[in-house]
Amino acid sequence: MNDHSSFRTDALIAEDIEAYLEAHQNKSLLRFITCGSVDDGKSTLIGRLLYDSKMIFEDQLAALESDSIKHGTQGEEIDFALLVDGLAAEREQGITIDVAYRFFTTEKRKFIVADTPGHEQYTRNMVTGASTADLAVILIDARKGVLQQTRRHSYLVHLLGIRHVVLAVNKMDLVGYDQATFEHIVADYRSFASEIGIAQFTAIPISGFKGDNITTAPSANTPWYAGPALIEHLETVEVDAAAAQGQPFRMPVQWVNRPNLDFRGFAGQIASGTIRPGDAVRIVPSGKTSTVKTIATFDGDLDEAVAGQSVTLTLADEVDCSRGDLIAAAGDPPQASDQFCATFVWMDEEALKPGRGYWLKLGTQMVTATVQPPKYEIDVNSLEHLAAKTLGLNAIGVAEFATDRPIAFEPYSANRQLGGFILIDKFTNATVAAGMIEFNLRRADNVHWQPVAITRDDHAGMKNQKPRVLWFTGLSGSGKSTIANEVEKQLFVMNRHTFLLDGDNVRHGLNRDLGFTEADRIENIRRVGEVAKLMADAGLIVLTAFISPFRAERDMVRAMLPEGEFIEIFVDTPLEVAEARDVKGLYRKARSGQLKNFTGIDSPYEPPENPEIRVNTVDMTPEEAARYIIDRILPLK
Amino acid sequence: MQKAILLVSGISASNCTTMRSLTHLERLEAESIHIFREVVAEAENPVMLYSVGKDSSVMLHLARKAFYPAPPPFPMLHVASGWDFADLLAHRDRTVREYGLKLIIAQNEDAEAQGINPFDTGSALYSQAQLTDPLKRALTAHGFDAAFGGGRRDEEKARAKERIFSFRNASHRWDPKNQRPELWNLYNAKKAKGESIRVFPISNWTELDIWQYIALEKIDIVPLYFSKPRPTVERDGMLLVVDDERFRLEEGEEPITRSVRFRTLGCYPLTGATESDATEMNDIIQEMLLATGSERQGRAIDKGQSASMEDKKAEGYF
Repeated sequence: MNDHSSFRTDALIAEDIEAYLEAHQNKSLLRFITCGSVDDGKSTLIGRLLYDSKMIFEDQLAALESDSIKHGTQGEEIDFALLVDGLAAEREQGITIDVAYRFFTTEKRKFIVADTPGHEQYTRNMVTGASTADLAVILIDARKGVLQQTRRHSYLVHLLGIRHVVLAVNKMDLVGYDQATFEHIVADYRSFASEIGIAQFTAIPISGFKGDNITTAPSANTPWYAGPALIEHLETVEVDAAAAQGQPFRMPVQWVNRPNLDFRGFAGQIASGTIRPGDAVRIVPSGKTSTVKTIATFDGDLDEAVAGQSVTLTLADEVDCSRGDLIAAAGDPPQASDQFCATFVWMDEEALKPGRGYWLKLGTQMVTATVQPPKYEIDVNSLEHLAAKTLGLNAIGVAEFATDRPIAFEPYSANRQLGGFILIDKFTNATVAAGMIEFNLRRADNVHWQPVAITRDDHAGMKNQKPRVLWFTGLSGSGKSTIANEVEKQLFVMNRHTFLLDGDNVRHGLNRDLGFTEADRIENIRRVGEVAKLMADAGLIVLTAFISPFRAERDMVRAMLPEGEFIEIFVDTPLEVAEARDVKGLYRKARSGQLKNFTGIDSPYEPPENPEIRVNTVDMTPEEAARYIIDRILPLK
Repeated sequence: MQKAILLVSGISASNCTTMRSLTHLERLEAESIHIFREVVAEAENPVMLYSVGKDSSVMLHLARKAFYPAPPPFPMLHVASGWDFADLLAHRDRTVREYGLKLIIAQNEDAEAQGINPFDTGSALYSQAQLTDPLKRALTAHGFDAAFGGGRRDEEKARAKERIFSFRNASHRWDPKNQRPELWNLYNAKKAKGESIRVFPISNWTELDIWQYIALEKIDIVPLYFSKPRPTVERDGMLLVVDDERFRLEEGEEPITRSVRFRTLGCYPLTGATESDATEMNDIIQEMLLATGSERQGRAIDKGQSASMEDKKAEGYF
């Protein structure tokens, strides 16, 4: 190990371990990311940091030496890059293709490095690594200068709200440690950085391979450089977490702790601000207020807790509060809204489907969200705004989002924890996007709901019934409309207030602008769902008869309504039977190719997994099926 | 953390507007607690894999903090190979009793009949039959949909890229190409029926963090980590402790009493001890900081090709 450049004092460890530990248990933590392409020497730099901080043991070094001969690209020398390139397949290819986290520690700080790839198609990984970083090291090959990918990385760093940027001009050894080359690159970068909003950055000339200006500066090769060494800079830069303490108090509730009748605690990690017993708090979005009774922890009740800590609060009053709610400073609560504008990065092979319902997770809130067609897509290379109907893998865009109920948030620029969200596909469960909220689309804060004088309960009470949406789904020709009509007739006889929304009829009016593409089908169902919801709010029992082939849209409508009011009725007629009936002659047209996107033929039908009611039309007449359904939805009050 | 909190109380009493940075251990602790709570809030039937080692001891401590004053709302699962150190089993039983935990023991009951033992069986087959398979069977039998594990990203290269929430298909296999991005502190715990998640709450801790935390929080650990005279034999460059009478001595081998301790704990006939005078916590940390070999060096199971951990992980080993 080359001791001159190592930044650990073994002498102190050997002589006075207690003094060493005392100093080290009060170290702070800095998370940073390194961005650069495969050839910028990024892995080499990280390998060097680990090596110099003695995070490499002899057995790992021995493996490294043998690996260097087998896979290395540095000839006889140790290839530091091999220390950090993890998965076997990636090693064979000689490139890093995922986010890897590395750890090293110096006398002053512990560091977590997100090693993110520079490949064009891996925006997703860089965004992931940047989301938890306080600082970014942007690597430039001194021989090549500022490249398009440098711009891309810088834009992403700025987009993800990283306030500290280091421009590491690497491979200075290969340009003869030339000052003019360094200064030219810095000037180049400065003009670009100010364009995208990066006001400040620290530029350091380094050689990851030779070790110049990594731990001490200036190195003998760069006497002209007056700034700090890379490590010195990383050790002194301010950590973001401290800044969050100055903001108003916010804590997303993760879990309600109720071990016995005498204790009811709200567990969460404080996103911003400071809290003390006696502080007045407000539950968002309900708007109820209380005061903090205790800050309960395993180590005893605390006098104070700050942003970043995981705590459990007990309140003075019995207020409704559960997972997904946010406890905030009573006098300064965050916004709550169901519509906002956000910049988002698409991370899935399957492109965004505007109008489709996705899970949106923000803090501990999980809601259904729909995305409008993007206002524009951002070209990460030119930063131009491009027209877009959707976003594909690794694309970045701006769009309006609507959620099925109000959520509490802050703009991302004010708070990363309360402004950053992910979208989850409801079928594949994949994390498909990461978003950053720009602003609320509602003018007024919705923290205090304006109660309507006549409530939906009043509407329903006057009709002496409980609202329902009876959602019939099934293939074309399965018998949905016939059975729904029969159900409505029987309910009418029972003095129920009903309304039937039928697929064909709605398409002649409200939805006549829609065709049969997947996107249009989604929008068709969304509109019908909204209409059904309004009618249910008015106290009606609504019957809908639509093929509604996709689970996601049916679930979206289910999520719009109060628990128990959405009744999914699967009219389970096998394709052969429906096709044999072919009442409207549509199957024949579809089979002959005259009709495109026909469900069951060349467009999929996703049957319900757990419908409230399933009717078998092969064994039952429409009248029997209707009776069967009504028996299952009684009582109607 | 007790010490730091006392410090804060002192500050806040005199000056209410003082800001302070959390220490690295406080940030790691808060992150781990957050992860434990997310899983309990979103999974249906979680379990914690409890190997009784130092990492497990830290995890258990964090879990107790996360849910205080309630006990951890999930059982502990110990995969016992049948060749565990006697001290380790005693520590396990004492801990479970003291904290009122629910313990499930997974073990390959047929090992003897199958002729599997650490002396004759190759390390790949041994770890498959004694560790991986019983683990998978227990997870399936109890229907656990989330399992906390003590993996740390600093342990091994393949782990550095492991997510905190790691998805496994119905046969518990890990697919490195099909893992979800993890942004901010948002974890996506949604999964289909039959799928499960391995969750690693101490992913971002290093070996030094673990030891510092054990010292700071005064966490009780298995005495095997501390040096004391133990009967040992030297074999294949490893010092093995003759933990019970089943240890098969080879010709000419005679147990010699040496002062030894362990940096990592596995099956006793496969885990190398190191000669040491470290009898106290600070001695251990000192030794670790000055050590020239990584902690996994003492494990026969991890030897072989450098990508072998990754292959085992794909098969379902933790």
